Amino acid sequence: MRWIWIDRFDEFVPGQRAVAVKNVSLAEEHLHDHFPGYPLMPASLLVEGMAQTAGILVGEVRQFSEKVILAKVKRATFHQIVRPGDQVRHEAVIEQISAAAAATTGRIWRGQELIGEVDLVFSHIDQNLSGLEFPEENFVFTAQFLELLKTYRRNPTESIRL
Amino acid sequence: MPTPGRAEIFQKVRETLVDALSVEEDEVTEEAVLTTDLGAESIDFLDIVFRLEKAFNIKIPQEELIPRDILSNADYVENRKLNATGIQALKAAMPHADLSAFEKDPDIDKISDVFTVGTIVNFVQAKLAAQS
Repeated sequence: MRWIWIDRFDEFVPGQRAVAVKNVSLAEEHLHDHFPGYPLMPASLLVEGMAQTAGILVGEVRQFSEKVILAKVKRATFHQIVRPGDQVRHEAVIEQISAAAAATTGRIWRGQELIGEVDLVFSHIDQNLSGLEFPEENFVFTAQFLELLKTYRRNPTESIRL
Repeated sequence: MPTPGRAEIFQKVRETLVDALSVEEDEVTEEAVLTTDLGAESIDFLDIVFRLEKAFNIKIPQEELIPRDILSNADYVENRKLNATGIQALKAAMPHADLSAFEKDPDIDKISDVFTVGTIVNFVQAKLAAQS
């Protein structure tokens, strides 16, 4: 299984907001354990889906030259459960961004229904952690993640620089 | 808009830290150290800076709060401790902090211990005064 918890971008406004879709399917192994006879999408993986949506949005601001990692979950509130067959939308907005970090707010929807709110802080790790050194290659934004953005072509004239 | 007084700034800083660190309001005293008393980790400082920027409508460049260029300057650091020149440079760069305890054991890995709630209030107060 690949660690990708979003299927497609539906909106991508560089530096501002992104919306990614996730289709929840019984083909996902984990749903058979969470829980046997009552499959539910784990809230932690919805947080991960939001982190991937918002993380790519933040990474794109500097053309994926920074290693952007999830530093803190400021808030994760869920109002509804998510089950196989559901399609959820992760809507992420950049609230603040600096050389060292970024803060995002996020909402998760199923149609018009609000499923949860997930606010995150990302760290640009090369600018932080007291000068600790990390590998040169960008291990955060691997080809797998960048492929996701390549599929976003709502308007052929819109360009996301990769 | 008039510049808020120290008590008002303290109250807002307190609310910010209660939210950011999930601590009780009465734990957030002027003397409380963010790391050792309130459990802040380095990652929390990023969050706190963003929250303060929003709460007070100010910009906080990372170098102003913690001058890392001094702490990583080979002329100032010997065996991960700041030398006397380094301490003078740090004092000039951090007028918002009380460095008297740090001076006794100027281990650069312990710099975050100088951040008490009072330090943050001083910093914000100076920022707001400079803006008005």
